[in-house]
Amino acid sequence: MRPDVLAAILGMAAVTYLCRAGGYAVLRAVRPPPFVEAMLRNLPGPIFTAYVALALDRIGWPGVAGSAAVILVQRATGNLSASIITGVAAVWAAQLVF
Amino acid sequence: MADTAPAPIVPGAPKGPVVFTRAGVWRGARVALPLWIGLLPFGLVVGVISAGKGLSLAETMLMSMIVYAGAAQLLALELWADPAPVLAAILAAAVVNIRLAPMGAALAPWLDRLRGLRLWGTLATLVDHSFALGVAEQRAGGRDAGFLLGIGVSLWLGWQVATLGGHVLGGAVALPPGHPLFFAGIAAFTGLLVPLWRGARRDLLPWAMAAAIAVAAQRLHWPPPLPLMLGALGGAALAAWMEGRKTP
Repeated sequence: MRPDVLAAILGMAAVTYLCRAGGYAVLRAVRPPPFVEAMLRNLPGPIFTAYVALALDRIGWPGVAGSAAVILVQRATGNLSASIITGVAAVWAAQLVF
Repeated sequence: MADTAPAPIVPGAPKGPVVFTRAGVWRGARVALPLWIGLLPFGLVVGVISAGKGLSLAETMLMSMIVYAGAAQLLALELWADPAPVLAAILAAAVVNIRLAPMGAALAPWLDRLRGLRLWGTLATLVDHSFALGVAEQRAGGRDAGFLLGIGVSLWLGWQVATLGGHVLGGAVALPPGHPLFFAGIAAFTGLLVPLWRGARRDLLPWAMAAAIAVAAQRLHWPPPLPLMLGALGGAALAAWMEGRKTP
């Protein structure tokens, strides 16, 4: 293994672990103000909504059709595999149309 | 009877004691299996590009095993050159993965009750999916923190299989950009949003705000991860403000 490649990979791994553990480590040491606590409690929905919205903005209507199919199937069945497969199928079908 | 547990850092912590069991780890691993569908096309791409950039199989697998962060690996590989761009790769990983820092903090109600390797090892496997499923489980009253590690380890295995396959099979499995299979990753995140929905009164405005800010920032060509982070934090701030108004 080349030393420059190894250095890059080890550096990436270290900084990634700092990201994974650092937020929690800081929270453990410093008690955040109540507003920040409330933000952390409410973070999951907004972060994944933003993630999906960014992707749909890039993909366009086939992506919107795919996400709508995923939500319908997920609500109806609670089965994530079925939802993902239906979503991919909906995008494939929508790409034929749009 | 007496509540002797230490005060949780984040309110809304589970009522009973948080446990960490082998059964919880296995349940997490099983629950994560459908997410492999979303992971595989992405991992194949990373493996293919890694081979194309001249990384050996050992180098590719070492990166997947100890970095284990798809978007960061992809971005670093796009910047790859000879000799390896050490600083640029580290910076790319930091920029893409900074989103994980508030996720770890938000999982405090479970993580606070763990110690040593269970705590810091679980954090090492933290990915977007384990965060989403973990929070949904917490809100449903789940108390087994092993669930998080199970999801993380299961997806870690899937990631190794996918990048290995991509590197070994190379161009034979390279999908054209825009192939519907790439939607599987986004479909997974869309599906994960469903159990996080707590009703329109609490979630509609914050989620809409998050989407609007993120898309506006992307249309203004602000560089990643700014659109994602600004959208997420803006939506979370609105939700926090709405909560504060409700309970003065």
